[in-house]
Amino acid sequence: MKEVWKKLYALFVLVFLYAPIAVLIAQSFNASRYRGHWTGFTLHWYSALFENEEILEAFGNTMLIAFISSVAATLIAIVTCLAAAAMKKRGRLIVTGTANISMLNADIVTGISLMMLFLAFGLRFGFGTVLLSHIIFNVPYALLNILPGVMAMDKASYESALDLGATPFRAFMHVTVPEILPGVISGFLMAFTMSADDFIITHFTKGPGVDTLPTKIYAELKIGIKPEMYALTTLMTGALVLLMILLQINRKHSRNLAQSVEAIY
Amino acid sequence: MIKTRRVRNLFMAPFAVWSILFIIVPLLLIAGYAFTAEEGGFTLANLAIMGRWEYRKALWLSVALALASTVLCLLIAYPLCLILAQWKLKKGSELILLFVLPLWMNSLLSTMAWQTILERNGLINQLMRLLGLPDLHLINTPFAIVLGMIYNFLPYMILPLYTVLSAISVHLREAAQDLGAGPWHTFLHVILPLSVPGIISGITLVFIPSLTTFVISAMLGGGKILLIGNIIEQEFTATYNWHLGSGLSMFLMIFIIFNMILSAVFERNE
Repeated sequence: MKEVWKKLYALFVLVFLYAPIAVLIAQSFNASRYRGHWTGFTLHWYSALFENEEILEAFGNTMLIAFISSVAATLIAIVTCLAAAAMKKRGRLIVTGTANISMLNADIVTGISLMMLFLAFGLRFGFGTVLLSHIIFNVPYALLNILPGVMAMDKASYESALDLGATPFRAFMHVTVPEILPGVISGFLMAFTMSADDFIITHFTKGPGVDTLPTKIYAELKIGIKPEMYALTTLMTGALVLLMILLQINRKHSRNLAQSVEAIY
Repeated sequence: MIKTRRVRNLFMAPFAVWSILFIIVPLLLIAGYAFTAEEGGFTLANLAIMGRWEYRKALWLSVALALASTVLCLLIAYPLCLILAQWKLKKGSELILLFVLPLWMNSLLSTMAWQTILERNGLINQLMRLLGLPDLHLINTPFAIVLGMIYNFLPYMILPLYTVLSAISVHLREAAQDLGAGPWHTFLHVILPLSVPGIISGITLVFIPSLTTFVISAMLGGGKILLIGNIIEQEFTATYNWHLGSGLSMFLMIFIIFNMILSAVFERNE
């Protein structure tokens, strides 16, 4: 195939992927609050965003839940992987199999089944139940990213650290952690992404008065999205692109990130 | 690192609690609701409801649209990943990042942006009018729903395909060509068979979310086209018939289990 056709094809897919994002960005500068209706340029929605406490609170909740749940899931996953490495092959297959069930299950089934479980426990639906469900669905993403690194780890170096007089904790921090770090980082990033973008499971496990960005957006869909939301999305996209560029400048880091990105599936 | 059974079991405890309490018990709860009636007692009525044509129609429509979106995702992503993998091998470029960046966009907002593009007075029709062409009826059609599915789940097809295709070494291709295979022959007998694991995980990752979505169909189908996900969602949040909703979910479980077996079989063969 000619190089030109390849470039055209890649460009075509890029246009498809970025068209809606362009629409959202354009909308954030649009004076009209109605969709698909250009009435002039404004920066009003950006200043309004920082006065809109509901959106800021939902944004804060999203980030807080994503952060705590991915840290918790990563810690559970590390401990599990260390134990799994000491198990026989069949035991390990049961662990990865269970993680796969939870990961391949449909979000709607996970959501309603957790809702029923929390109800059976008599839990009050709110921030706590959302956080708990995010930890639950994040565990397999962290686990399946971390396990290969733990399995490939050179066990002799940990032993030699102990022989050389290191305490188990010191040996773990200085020998084991650096070796499994790439998997831990990609597991954490993937869990964070899944949590921050989750709508369906949050929809079923949240209580009244608590919102993350996705559930807030869903509630607004019926009454019309506040344009401040477009401004927030534009800012977030900008931050993401900036991060990508910074990483691209530092090639070594970018290779690590590409690996973690490839791990996201 | 862990030498004694006691330490190992202690480290495994959180995962054991997680899998029993939060994975197995919730699934049993769904089954429990599915096989009981609202006033208590065993019943098959929540499953038999699938005999009614409106439920059957929703299920088959969901399967058809999910199949369409999966096949189209594969057809779009495969050539793209071949091209990207080739560029990576030749020039070391990491363009893949550009293609997965949309994953980090909020999917509800980008689906809503598709509303803006497709609707009756949307961007496409504004362009059509500018060109003096007749309006297109795009929004609230099965086409719009499939388009939304492709948009939302395409990166999940691109990632595994790109990973397997960029791992196929240049030497292997060159060896095939040195042995007299043409480009088409090399593709069919070397590259395609080696990429099967990526194809399988891509299919799994696109089919299940497409089959079970209720958000995309609600936004781009205008609430007129009901998929099985929409009906289940309504049973839980609007009509509050959890027994019926659980019964319908059992049908989804059939497809999910089939998908899990499919990917497990291929993982073992690897």
